[in-house]
Amino acid sequence: MTVQTATMPQSSRAGALVDVCAVTDLETERGRAALLPDGTQVALFLLPDGAVRVVSNCDPYAGANVLSRGIVGTRLVADGTETPTIASPLHKQVWDLRTGEVLETHGREARHLPVHAVEIDGGRVLIGEAETR
Amino acid sequence: MTSRSHAEPSPSTDAHRIVVIGAGMVAHRFVESLLSRGDAPWRIAVIGDEPRAPYDRVGLTSWFEGRAAEDLALDAASLSDPRVELVTGDAATFIDRGGRIVTTSARRRYEYDTLVLATGSYAARPAIDGSHLPGTFVYRTIDDLEDITAFVRQRSAELGRPLRGTVVGGGLLGLEAAGALQGLEVDCTVIHSGTHLLSAQIDRAGGEVLGRLIRERDIRIRTESRATRVAPGPEGAVAALEFPDGSYEESDLVIFTVGVRPNDSLARDAGLDAEPRGGVRIDDGCATNDPSVLAIGEVASHGGRSVGLVAPGYAMAEVAADRLCGGESTFPGFDESTKLKLSGVDVASFGDAFAASPNALDVVFSDPVGGTYKKLVLSDDAKTLLGGVLVGDASAYGSLRPLVGGPLGGDPSAYLMPSDGVAAPTGDLPDEAIVCSCSSVTAGRIRGAVHEDGCADADEVKACTRAGATCGSCFVMVKKLVGKELTSLGKTVSNALCEHFEMSRRQLFDAVRVAELTTFTQIIERFGHGRGCDVCKPTVASILSGLVGEHVLDGENATLQDTNDHVMANMQKDGSYSVVPRMPGGEVTPEGLVVIGSVAKKYGLYTKLTGGQRIDMFGARLEQLPLIWRELVDAGFESGQAYGKSLRTVKSCVGSTWCRYGVLDAVGMAVNLELRYRGLRSPHKLKLGVSGCARECAEARGKDVGVIAAENGWNMYVGGNGGFTPRHAELLSEGLSNAELIRAIDRFFMYYIRTADRLQRTAPWVQELEGGLDGLREVIFEDSLGICDDLDAAMARHVAGYQDEWAATLEDPDKLRRFHSFVNAPDTPDPSLAYVSERDQVRPASVEERESGAVIIAGTTLEVRR
Ligand code: SRM
Ligand SMILES: Cc1cc2nc3c(=O)[nH]c(=O)nc-3n(C[C@H](O)[C@H](O)[C@H](O)COP(=O)(O)OP(=O)(O)OC[C@H]3O[C@@H](n4cnc5c(N)ncnc54)[C@H](O)[C@@H]3O)c2cc1C
Ligand code: SF4
Ligand code: FES
Repeated sequence: MTVQTATMPQSSRAGALVDVCAVTDLETERGRAALLPDGTQVALFLLPDGAVRVVSNCDPYAGANVLSRGIVGTRLVADGTETPTIASPLHKQVWDLRTGEVLETHGREARHLPVHAVEIDGGRVLIGEAETR
Repeated sequence: MTSRSHAEPSPSTDAHRIVVIGAGMVAHRFVESLLSRGDAPWRIAVIGDEPRAPYDRVGLTSWFEGRAAEDLALDAASLSDPRVELVTGDAATFIDRGGRIVTTSARRRYEYDTLVLATGSYAARPAIDGSHLPGTFVYRTIDDLEDITAFVRQRSAELGRPLRGTVVGGGLLGLEAAGALQGLEVDCTVIHSGTHLLSAQIDRAGGEVLGRLIRERDIRIRTESRATRVAPGPEGAVAALEFPDGSYEESDLVIFTVGVRPNDSLARDAGLDAEPRGGVRIDDGCATNDPSVLAIGEVASHGGRSVGLVAPGYAMAEVAADRLCGGESTFPGFDESTKLKLSGVDVASFGDAFAASPNALDVVFSDPVGGTYKKLVLSDDAKTLLGGVLVGDASAYGSLRPLVGGPLGGDPSAYLMPSDGVAAPTGDLPDEAIVCSCSSVTAGRIRGAVHEDGCADADEVKACTRAGATCGSCFVMVKKLVGKELTSLGKTVSNALCEHFEMSRRQLFDAVRVAELTTFTQIIERFGHGRGCDVCKPTVASILSGLVGEHVLDGENATLQDTNDHVMANMQKDGSYSVVPRMPGGEVTPEGLVVIGSVAKKYGLYTKLTGGQRIDMFGARLEQLPLIWRELVDAGFESGQAYGKSLRTVKSCVGSTWCRYGVLDAVGMAVNLELRYRGLRSPHKLKLGVSGCARECAEARGKDVGVIAAENGWNMYVGGNGGFTPRHAELLSEGLSNAELIRAIDRFFMYYIRTADRLQRTAPWVQELEGGLDGLREVIFEDSLGICDDLDAAMARHVAGYQDEWAATLEDPDKLRRFHSFVNAPDTPDPSLAYVSERDQVRPASVEERESGAVIIAGTTLEVRR
């Protein structure tokens, strides 16, 4: 599971982090894609509470890099909390932005999303490696 | 005359002898209540003059809907109790108070310890000539209905045509009677002396909305008029009504619904105190001036008033039963809340509907388009609900009525929104709130029925508690409470728009319009919860575009759009986009074609003609969209909105300009229409077609609006559809001039946009329209709703406010940033895109092709080679 790591001392993870943009480059509740040095694509989401969530940009059902262009929302999950979500613009599967868990498969088998650790430092967004569930 | 378990009056025993005169609804409730209070050895005689056991008078009209007389019968269990004797078809004719004996017309004698008068009311006839002619009726008993039906059958056979009928009195009963006459295929007029229908229950503004709803059902209304005479025809039966100005209205049948009068003559003759205007006087314990005589129901007058509703009668029945058992309960006074039961027309009034309380405030919501009018009356601090009027949509009645006199606990406007879902208080009603006033069932009792009695749905709760079993007006509320309790037990799923909004698109549209909100955040905070999803966000975007009309990418609202609207192109399976410039009417110049060709060539796009008579270019990457559109806009093209829930294309044939059969200029009209409606956002996409003659080469009848040229002008068809459920458009009007055609389409579209549901195309919308095509014609051509000025103005605003979304976006650097492929590499193409060649153009590579690598002719970094 990803944790919002803004309070974590930066040095402990420095090696794994990539600076992709400023927080102000992001738009609340609208994703942006970023390209990591190894060629993988991630989707970044700035939420209304100021948190930034990062998941893989690739829709695991369609195989296309489109998730940053989906609709951000929320969904009530089993523990009674509202979790932030992303819906694919292609066939509307929905994932939990905190955990990458697929919440709506539209009848397909479950395919979860890799999530990335994020740190915000000096207004910059730093992204860690994927943590697959 | 029948008598069940009839015995001659027996010598007095130790049992308390009760005689009930009248075997109506209230008498029935009284007996039921008394028996439910224990095993005391009552001897109860119930004497009724109608030839049947007590029945549901409130549900009388359902007899016309095929409910047999037996189905109307009230629960027989209490009446078959050995302590009860029911006499039907016999009238009590004399009360000897000294000897405590009641005598009937069949000369039965009943001694009593307590006498209960429950004789109800009779329906009055006005004191005018001819009010008793054959063919005149009242509307009170099953016998009345049988007489009316028999008369209609016989008379229409005699006359060899459908009958014309008049209902005199436009109150609750009058409207029910009018609906019933219509059911008998009698062409019906309602005459009412007041300024508006239901003038005793609702205010004038509400009455006017109601008038429109009734007229829509083809019932004529004549207000502020009084008949002075019922005139007979040559055979002596009713032929016409005469009015003070000497005018006549032909009518083969008249039903009087001018009010009811308490059946108090028996009581008066026995020297019991009665009001001069009718009604046996009772105290808070339902006793008359003779302590051994009680009066309950419509015959009783409390505080100088008798009220023709069943709920106060039931309350009196409970009080009387309780008193007989030694209790102290008192009649709480009249609750005059009512709901009209005319199918398809929702009207309710409750509490202080006329805002008679000092300093009362009104909150009014009026929607002439949807045919609703709602008013809440509040205390001067706007906190306490005093009453209200609901017309056109009374779904909130069940939840509002129990709140009368208590705090509203929320924003009044939220209760007025057109929804039964919004009625926020539903689940929060206190346990002691009376939900069903007919049967005095509290919210707590209903909750208990689910939790303790194990009822699995609202119908079971109804059977178990009787909530909703009488007038039915509280049943929506009962359902909601039950639904909520079941959900808390994990038993049902919500059927709302999505988990964030409990409303439908139409309800939300009205809510947003009334509350004048302009952003998603305001809307969801007020009417929903959470932060939305892929269902409600685009819905709100569409609603706001209709009401506010900003650019799709302005402000926060940009985040509501699905990617297609967000980047103004259609996403394809690999994440690239298609580009569709508008080509109005399918017309394109050779220069235009050259530009399209060169753009497609430059950016390596696959090109194809669409089914909508224009050209689609596929395979454009996100960051290429502004570059491509710069070239297209510079060459005079604009967005074709192939992505939006908005006007798509107006398909046309060549028409009279070239075709040897054409009678009118189809292309000219198509271009005209496409330019007029371009960019118009709607609940679903809109398509039009224009054919130059009846051969219909443009397939116009497969469109939302089809226009077909004829010798005497344009014929307009509506509600056509291709796609999944094909349907031909139907003729709305013929022989229209250019201007008439455009005005009719303007109104049709605006009416649809305001009232259709999310993703409902015009075809199902037209099919569901109340009043069907005729109703639609009246709205559009006769302004039956009085909204045409509004609709015209809304369309004029659209036409004047149109701007090309793409041209505007290209001028705005902030919006252009959204087209960056990567936040950290704005122009770098998506490295995962890969294409192969097929029939000399590109197409996305399949997974196998990608994996083999061999056939790929173009990654995004390569130029396409042919
Ligand atoms: C491009 C085109 C097919 C073509 O290559 O010819 C097309 C392509 C699509 N159609 Fe269509 N339809 C196209 C003409 C039609 C037509 C024919 C017509 O317009 O005369 C119809 C039947 C007529 C009708 O709409 O009643 C048609 C009935 C549909 C439907 C079913 C609608 C329905 O009410 O059942 C959908 C699904 C929907 O909208 O929900 C649909 C949806 C779509 C979508 C938007 C599906 C999607 O979500 O990706 C396709 C994307 C277009 C794109 O990527 O650019 N398309 N589609 C045509 C574009 C016309 C244009 O110039 O704008
Ligand atoms: C078509 C229609 C629709 C209605 N809709 C509604 C509604 O939606 N909501 C609502 O609250 N109310 C409605 N009402 C009114 C409701 O039916 C009455 O308020 C209710 O029936 C009153 O009950 P009651 O027992 O006092 O009188 P009744 O039901 O009239 O019963 C009295 C009975 O006593 C009999 N009787 C009279 N005199 C004698 C005698 N001397 N001897 C023997 N028997 C006698 C009468 O024939 C009658 O059968 C409606 C009424 C009608 C006709
Ligand atoms: S519809 Fe009539 S006018 Fe138009 S192309 Fe066909 S034949 Fe010609
Ligand atoms: S209020 Fe009439 S049935 Fe409940």
